[in-house]
This record gives sequence, C-alpha cells and structure tokens, in this order.
Amino acid sequence: MSAAHDHHHGPAKGISRWLFTTNHKDIGSMYLWFSFAMFLLGGTFALVIRAELFQPGLQFIEPSFFNQMTTMHGLIMVFGAVMPAFVGLANWMIPLMIGAPDMALPRMNNWSFWILPFAFTILVSTLFMEGGGPNFGWTFYAPLSTTYGPPSTTFFILAVHMMGASSIMGAINVIATILNMRAPGMTLMKMPLFVWTWLITAYLLIAVMPVLAGVVTMMLFDIHFGTAFFDAAGGGDPVLFQHLFWFFGHPEVYIMILPAFGIVSAIIPTFARKRLFGYDSMVYATASIAFLSFIVWAHHMFTVGMPLAGQLFFMYATMLIAVPTGVKVFNWVATMFRGAMTFETPMLFAIAFVVLFTIGGFTGVMLAITPVDFQYHDTYFVVAHFHYVLVPGAVFSLMAATYYWLPKWTGYMYDETLGKLHFWLSFIGVNVLFFPQHFLGLAGMPRRIPDYALQFANFNWISSVGGFLFGFSQLILLVVIIKCIRGGKKATAEVWEGAQGLEWTVPSPAPYHTFETPPDPKLIKAQ
Amino acid sequence: MKKDQAQSNNKTVVGKLLLAVVGMFAFGFALVPLYDVICDITGLNGKTGGRVDIAEAGLLIDEEREVTVQFVAYHNAAMGWEFTPNVAQLTVKPGEVNVISYTVTNPNEAVMVGQAIPSVAPNAAAAHLNKIECFCFEEQLLQPGESADMPLRFFVDPALPAGINKLTLSYTLYDITERSSKAKAVASR
Repeated sequence: MSAAHDHHHGPAKGISRWLFTTNHKDIGSMYLWFSFAMFLLGGTFALVIRAELFQPGLQFIEPSFFNQMTTMHGLIMVFGAVMPAFVGLANWMIPLMIGAPDMALPRMNNWSFWILPFAFTILVSTLFMEGGGPNFGWTFYAPLSTTYGPPSTTFFILAVHMMGASSIMGAINVIATILNMRAPGMTLMKMPLFVWTWLITAYLLIAVMPVLAGVVTMMLFDIHFGTAFFDAAGGGDPVLFQHLFWFFGHPEVYIMILPAFGIVSAIIPTFARKRLFGYDSMVYATASIAFLSFIVWAHHMFTVGMPLAGQLFFMYATMLIAVPTGVKVFNWVATMFRGAMTFETPMLFAIAFVVLFTIGGFTGVMLAITPVDFQYHDTYFVVAHFHYVLVPGAVFSLMAATYYWLPKWTGYMYDETLGKLHFWLSFIGVNVLFFPQHFLGLAGMPRRIPDYALQFANFNWISSVGGFLFGFSQLILLVVIIKCIRGGKKATAEVWEGAQGLEWTVPSPAPYHTFETPPDPKLIKAQ
Repeated sequence: MKKDQAQSNNKTVVGKLLLAVVGMFAFGFALVPLYDVICDITGLNGKTGGRVDIAEAGLLIDEEREVTVQFVAYHNAAMGWEFTPNVAQLTVKPGEVNVISYTVTNPNEAVMVGQAIPSVAPNAAAAHLNKIECFCFEEQLLQPGESADMPLRFFVDPALPAGINKLTLSYTLYDITERSSKAKAVASR
C-alpha cells in the first residue's frame, strides 16, 4: 500500500481492539485462535478417551464420564474447531482474494465471532453440573437425549442455538461479501476456488443450520413443555429425530470439507508451479457434491428398518457422490503431473490430504453399500472412516492453509524444519491412530464403549500410542506459529515462487487495511 | 454514490438470505407432519393405521392362503406392569376377522396409566394388518393390583404382498401417567 493511503487509523490499542473490532483480519485471527484453543481442548478429551481404551477394563474414568468425553470431543471438534477455523480463513482470505476492503457486514462479523466463546463456555460448563454434561454422543439421538438425557441438556440446547446463530451470520456475511464486494474484473469464474467452495458452503450452512435449530427446539419442547415429537408414548417417533438430524448432519459433513477442497486447490498449483487442472470442472463438482448432500442423509440410518426401495435409493445416491469427488482428486493429481514440484510444509500437508482423504472416501463408498453397512454400522470402522476424512482431511487442510498463509499474516517465514517435523509426526501419528480402527471395526468392536473384549486389545494399544503421538505433535504447530509471529526471515509479498492470486500482491504482513481502492484489473487472471 | 449502491445491494442479499433461514427453520417443522404423511402412504416404519370399520372387513376370505401372525408385548423401562398376549401366535386366513386378548396387570401401589404403541414387522406388511378394535386406541388406567383383559380384533388384508407369510405384531406399553388426562381426573376425585 502506498503512503498516500496511509491516512487511516491503525488498530485500536489494548483489549478494545479485539472486543469492538470490525476489521476482517482481526476477526479472522480471533476465529483462528479460538478454533485452535478448541482443537487443543477437544484433543485433550480425545486423549482421555484413548487413555481409557489403551487396555481393556476400566482404568481411569467411569463409563458415564467416558460418554461425556466422546460427546464433548465430537461437539467441540465439529462446532468449535473445524467450522470456526474455516470461517476464520474465510474472514482473512476472501476479501484479500477478491480485492475487497473488508467483509460486507463488519459489525455482524464481530457479533458472530463473539457469540462463540459464550456458547462454548456454556457447553463446557455442563461438565461441572449435577448429572454431568451431555453423554448421548454428538448426534444426540432422541429419546436418549430427551427422556434419558442429563438435566444439563437444556444448556446444551442453548449452546447449539448460539453456535447455529453464529454460523448463519457468518454464512450470510460470506455470501454478501462474495456477491457484492468483488473487485472490478473479478468475475465469478475468475474467483479462486477457495472463494467458490466457501460460497457454496455458505449456502449449505443457510439451508441446514436452521433445521438443526428446529431439531433442538423440538427437543426443548419434548423435555420441558410436554410435547411428543420424538416420544413414542405420546404418538411421536424416535426415527423422526434421526431423519431430521441427518437432514442437517449430512450437508454438515460437506460444510466441513468443501472449504478444504478450496485450500488444497490453492496450494497444489503453487508448489507444482502449474495452473490448476480443470478449474471449471472443480466448480461444477463442488456444486454437484453440495446438491447430492441433500438427498443422501438416510445412509446414516440404514439399520432403522427402511423399505428396500429407500435403501437402494440412498445407496445409489451416496455412491454417486464418488463421481464429483473423483473428478476433484484426479484434477489435483493432474495438476501435480509433470509439475516442477517442491515439498514445503503446506505442500506436504496438501499431498497428505489428497492421499488420506481419498482413503476416507473409499471407506465411505464401502459404508454406502447397504448390506455391508449392516455389519459396519456403529462400529469402529465408521469411526475410522469419518476420522480419516476429518483429521487428515479437514484438519490437515487447515494446517496446510496455516503454513501457506502464515507468512502473509505475520510478515515472517515460519521455521521450515519445525514445520516438516510437525508434518511427519502428524502424518505418522494420524495413521497409527486411525488405521488400526478399520480392523477393530471389521472385527466388530462397537463405537462409544469404555471397555472392550480382549481380542481388541492389540489394535487399541497401537491406536492409543498413535493418538498420543498425534496429539502432542500439535504443540509443535503452536510453537511454529508463536515463533513466526515474533520474528524470523522477512517474507516477500509473493512469499511463494509459484503463487497466483490477489492476496500475494499486497505486502507481507498484509496491512491493516487493504484494497481500499480496487486492485488493477490486469492483476486478475483466469485461474 | 457507489458506497450507497453497495449498502443497498447488501440489504437485498441479507434480506433474501434471512428469508431463506426462516424458511428452512419452518421447513424443519414441516418435515414432522410430512414424515407422518409419507409413513401413512407407504406404510414404512412399521406404523399401522388407525381403526378400520367392521363393514370394510367384509372382504372375501382368501381360503387358499395361510398367514402366521405372532404377538409380542413389551413394557417400557421401569413401568413394572405385567403385559402378555394370551396366544403367542395364530394362523389366520387373509380377510377373516380374529379376536385375541392381552392380559395386563398393575402390581404397583399407585394408579397408573399406560398407552400401547403398535409396530409391525416386516415393514411392508404394516399397512395390511388392520385393527377393528384395539386397546391401543385408548389409554389404559389400572388401579393398584388391578388386572384387565384387553381385546384385539383384527384382520389381515388379502392385499398382503405374496412373499410375506409371517407377521409380527409388537406392542410396547408406555407409562403415560404424568401426561394423561385420565390420571388427573382420578387424582382430583
């Protein structure tokens, strides 16, 4: 930015900068720090689970507390770590990528962030209440969560409402920004894929978060006001809960992966020094996945007793998702093919994403096959599947994004040696942690149990070792980030040799205010 | 001015999206009756229909075919009632009206109200098991120690799909003392 533009105020001083800020970079940073804190908290809960499962028998915790740990781990990782991290990246990067001075609705942006700490304080505080926190799994199936739930369920419902409101506001903001704030010359089909995937994700959020709000509202009425939405005794239906929940829940899993596709589509071309292969097909594949996500929800509930026609429909529709997803995977591979590749930390995480996410995708196709799903249902095979798509999938993409854009955020290069160490420990840890869980599931070990038969002892032992390795490796990321904020080699504006896009045309660190005058349209290239 | 233009664009987008949010919230609730309608039309989920008139039962009896109907009865959680069908299974001809009964006893020291909820397996048969008279159509109030015989008159629709020759009719009895109006009437006496 030239000195002529420098008449603006910098950030306010002290705590009020963070409380009252409407700056997309400040809010993005707060989202990212918040989600990292939640990642460590949810990870701690996961380590409690893995410690208990290290050997058969009950060692450390009571079964009821174990159930609270699995529930809280899921809720915190989904709603506290992964989703806010993507919103944080959207805040930081979308205005920079489309040449906008800020998000379209900066005040609402502040509000949607500041709801989150309160929502999660309420949620976590339930652990200290009489009767304990939610213990019915992150899917909170009724009547387990209504008739048989702990008294703190009402606080859980309030917390979910608040998270939902925050997500919906975040989504509205992203859509308004992308539709109204693009720099001249930034047509929709010139937008970076991260922006495209976020646009589609935001529409998914707007479509399904209100349904989740409706479900928890019905729970609230069942618990306190004598209705019987999910209570068979009063004419309700517990299976209705599952239909409503998964109508939200399946698009939700794509909400957690589509922005990851966008990140990987930014990083791989940079380090392969080639244009992204098949940009248009990437956009259409993302939109197809989003559409399909609405018509496959019942594959989560094949065992409730659906008619054959229903099972076949949901099986075929689910398998169809492999087609657009396959288009994406082949496009990434084709982008790397004959590229002049280098393997800096972001690229390592991105390649690991492509390989390990694809493994998770394949087990997803296995689970889609109705007759075999009857065997896999509610076993560790399901646990292995969704952790493969969420940890080396969504979480690795977030780490790749962090390393990729960290020099742009801080103005310094991160420590490449530590970054590579973090990658390799995470990569080994995550596979040692989750790969044996496939075998456990195929051998019949059920999910969400604090104790297990002796035959499962060896793989659980291995899995727990991997869990602790992966968990403690994440502290390296914290060290890398703090070191990078405090100093290091100065980063150039481009940072990476092969990087394309408007965010690399502003200096590093990105000034507090950017693109107050729109960028030169000549800088906007086709992808 | 350009800035005003952006502001009004934002207002339009936000307005439309908020409308979508409210719409989807309402859609979530609309799914509740929609779900029941779909279950009714297709007979999924093992839900059986309501009362069928006896006149409708005057169907042709399919003498050629025999169908076994099994009866099972459960009570929910800590209800403590004894609840058993008086026959375990019956071989019936489609179209013919049969009567069986269930015995229910309240061994507890308090007045309790129960509600039986039926379910039929396999699902495809649910729409074809018709009840003319059933204790599940009303609440059951039992005094402490009281026993009752509860009749069930039913027939199997001759339209039952050909592949099915064994049905299970299951009743689950729920304690609805707290929400029942009958119990309130007794308490106020």
